[in-house]
Amino acid sequence: MHIRQGTTCTCRPSNPLPTNIVKDATSFLHMAMLFARSRNLVSSLRQNLGLSAILIKRNHSSPRPVFTNYQLSSRVFLDPSTSFRHESTAVETQPDLVQQSDHEDDAQELDFPGGKVGYTSEMKFIPESSSRRIPCYRVLNEHGKIISDRDFIPVSEKLAVRMYEQMATLQVMDHIFYEAQRQGRISFYLTSVGEEAINIASAAALSPEDVVLPQYREPGVLLWRGFTLEEFANQCFGNKADYGKGRQMPIHYGSNQHNYFTVSSPIATQLPQAAGVGYALKMEKKNACAVTFIGDGGTSEGDFHAGLNFAAVMEAPVVFICRNNGWAISTHISEQFRSDGIVVKGQAYGIRSIRVDGNDALAVYSAVRSAREMAVTEQRPVLIEAMTYRVGHHSTSDDSTKYREADEIQYWKMSRNPVNRFKKWVEDNGWWSEEDESKLRSSTRKQLLQAIQAAEKWEKQPLTELFNDVYDVKTKNLEEQEVGLKALVEKQPQDYPTGFHI
Amino acid sequence: MASLLSRFCRKLALPGSAHGSRMTSTTACGSETVKSLNLYSAINQALHIALETDPRSYVFGEDVGFGGVFRCTTGLAERFGKNRVFNTPLCEQGIVGFGIGLAAMGNRAVVEIQVADYIYPAFDQIVNEAAKFRYRSGNQFNCGGLTIRAPYGAVGHGGHYHSQSPEAFFCHVPGIKVVIPRSPREAKGLLLSSIRDPNPVVFFEPKWLYRQAVEEVPEHDYMIPLSQAEIIREGSDITLVGWGAQLTVMEQACLDAEKEGISCELIDLKTLLPWDKETVEASVKKTGRLLISHEAPITGGFGAEISATILERCFLKLEAPVSRVCGLDTPFPLVFEPFYMPTKNKASSSSSLSSPSKTHIF
Repeated sequence: MHIRQGTTCTCRPSNPLPTNIVKDATSFLHMAMLFARSRNLVSSLRQNLGLSAILIKRNHSSPRPVFTNYQLSSRVFLDPSTSFRHESTAVETQPDLVQQSDHEDDAQELDFPGGKVGYTSEMKFIPESSSRRIPCYRVLNEHGKIISDRDFIPVSEKLAVRMYEQMATLQVMDHIFYEAQRQGRISFYLTSVGEEAINIASAAALSPEDVVLPQYREPGVLLWRGFTLEEFANQCFGNKADYGKGRQMPIHYGSNQHNYFTVSSPIATQLPQAAGVGYALKMEKKNACAVTFIGDGGTSEGDFHAGLNFAAVMEAPVVFICRNNGWAISTHISEQFRSDGIVVKGQAYGIRSIRVDGNDALAVYSAVRSAREMAVTEQRPVLIEAMTYRVGHHSTSDDSTKYREADEIQYWKMSRNPVNRFKKWVEDNGWWSEEDESKLRSSTRKQLLQAIQAAEKWEKQPLTELFNDVYDVKTKNLEEQEVGLKALVEKQPQDYPTGFHI
Repeated sequence: MASLLSRFCRKLALPGSAHGSRMTSTTACGSETVKSLNLYSAINQALHIALETDPRSYVFGEDVGFGGVFRCTTGLAERFGKNRVFNTPLCEQGIVGFGIGLAAMGNRAVVEIQVADYIYPAFDQIVNEAAKFRYRSGNQFNCGGLTIRAPYGAVGHGGHYHSQSPEAFFCHVPGIKVVIPRSPREAKGLLLSSIRDPNPVVFFEPKWLYRQAVEEVPEHDYMIPLSQAEIIREGSDITLVGWGAQLTVMEQACLDAEKEGISCELIDLKTLLPWDKETVEASVKKTGRLLISHEAPITGGFGAEISATILERCFLKLEAPVSRVCGLDTPFPLVFEPFYMPTKNKASSSSSLSSPSKTHIF
């Protein structure tokens, strides 16, 4: 599978100056006027053609810098063989984006702190958008048939079946926990309905040593890694078996054993942290990378900018996966950004990026697997924009029919369902039957109901866990407050919920 | 060890150097060598030692590579390499977020915020992430290896954005520690403790003292414990509590007060969160009066927390209301700095340190 570094339009501008006009003009003034007018025409033509290209005249004679300018400016020279720095992270290596210009000036280059840059006497604004949106990589069509035989990483029967089972399990889990919240048995829940392919296929493409920093709509990654339905239920109930010790709302899972950082509600904070994690792995020379998730809304946060920029500058092995599901609670993407989604932002940071059909499990698998390999072997960040749709409400505190059409939701739920699409492919291969399906669904449902019943009955966390882990060791003020609270609870137990062992 | 050193190895210029009748000034103590260093050199020494003793420690921030705008990181990149000591992009939320990630993987990340006035973009990462990292994960994860250093406080000409004392914001956040040294020797020991403490620490360095303060600093690796206040001057009539550069001012006020026969006990809090209530409480129970002084604006400043706590614990022993001598409730002004600052004459004129006829309220 080859990497396409620039997949924007390949259209070329028409010859800027209609030469017959220049030839036919007799007076110098007339020629100058026409020249000026046609130049304006040309500039507007070029803008309208929607060129996303940066117009640089390539000069192959000048040697590429061995050290990046960062090293030169700080006047410390390292032996290149021991340095982790790359030879070049420059844009120059992307041939698709270079335009040939007719002006002789452009053959020369200027020296600026960032390196050599060609110049042009034509005032050209890079258009705000390309004439064509970045296409979306997909492997399976909507009917679960492989579109083209090349450019995807094959998936064995064993892996495919496991992927399907986990996608279906995630669906059942979401359904049952959602209902449990509606019944008042847990306080809150948020589903990943519609995003099962992103959840499971990305996880399947990673190695267990890759450190995952989720946003909050990726429990499938944890599920894939072996977190049990009971463990999910325990966190949602905040019982004594919850690894998080009942301190956070449901769905804020975390497991150091599974290399899955604990979910936190603030959006995008995990992105610069992922850059740090990636850098740590790089320093330890581990065959692993950081993988972090974000939604379309989260890319508006400053931490998105911080995370990508740091990962790029530090040359950290990080895979950034953006789940562009169209909605940030009630805010549609048209109210979130004016760019062509998120994939185009990668290049702004010097980060290789790809847009993938997030509802195509095979495409997600291939893209994430390739991105992961790139990140680890080349020690660089990679950005994946996975296009999808948030079929469910934002959370149990949301009713999305208030801001979007029920038809729209239904369409995505039925016709663009990632689980059904992958199921068709797996079934077509003879790897899955209806019998397998009903067995899986009913046993998973049963397991979940049992897990919920058990989690509900579990003891609560002891009261002392309110005060532990604020610091590594309980501080004096916390010891005093604990003594005070215990005395109060013992004196007036009727004012407090029961079951919290003192 | 540290308290032994502080009693015997002290240069005169700094608070805590004159201990009344117990004053001794020697230039060397036992077998340990000391060197006359200013604050930024002491910090630099601490960073060298930290990086030397833990190969998994990192120092980074804006401009730290060439030595830092205040010279605190001189020589580190050359000695330990650019993989461990490096410049970052100009982005405080990125600096702290990146540091949290490194620390969460078991490393020590000593990050520099160029000036405390610029720490606010990182406030979310500090409050919502670093402070809660261990607690929210049920102790499965922690970023205790994170230390955030930032120069703070008045410098004489810093104006709004090179003079701030933002410690109060951070003292309100369970899960982090806030440490402020008063002198070079203190800074080295406290910084090493902060770096090695298994909790994220915000370490504010009084920038005024970077060059101004010179002290004999032991050259070896030593740590001064956190959350332990120090009585740097013993007295019986009034307790004064402060931190950082303000202690120099307060010591002058103490000397003036002593001329009028008022015996002052001066306490360096050192760690503001979690703070050593017991030492202050014992002192106030002895003296019956408390004066707190800080550069930060008076309203909502950390002095309010100390005042409220001492009132709760020492009410019946107090002979006068708790005094706070602090900055005014204005943004830190440029030409008006001498009027804004809690100077020694403001301290001297406060109700606690003077007779009723001379009292002013600041």
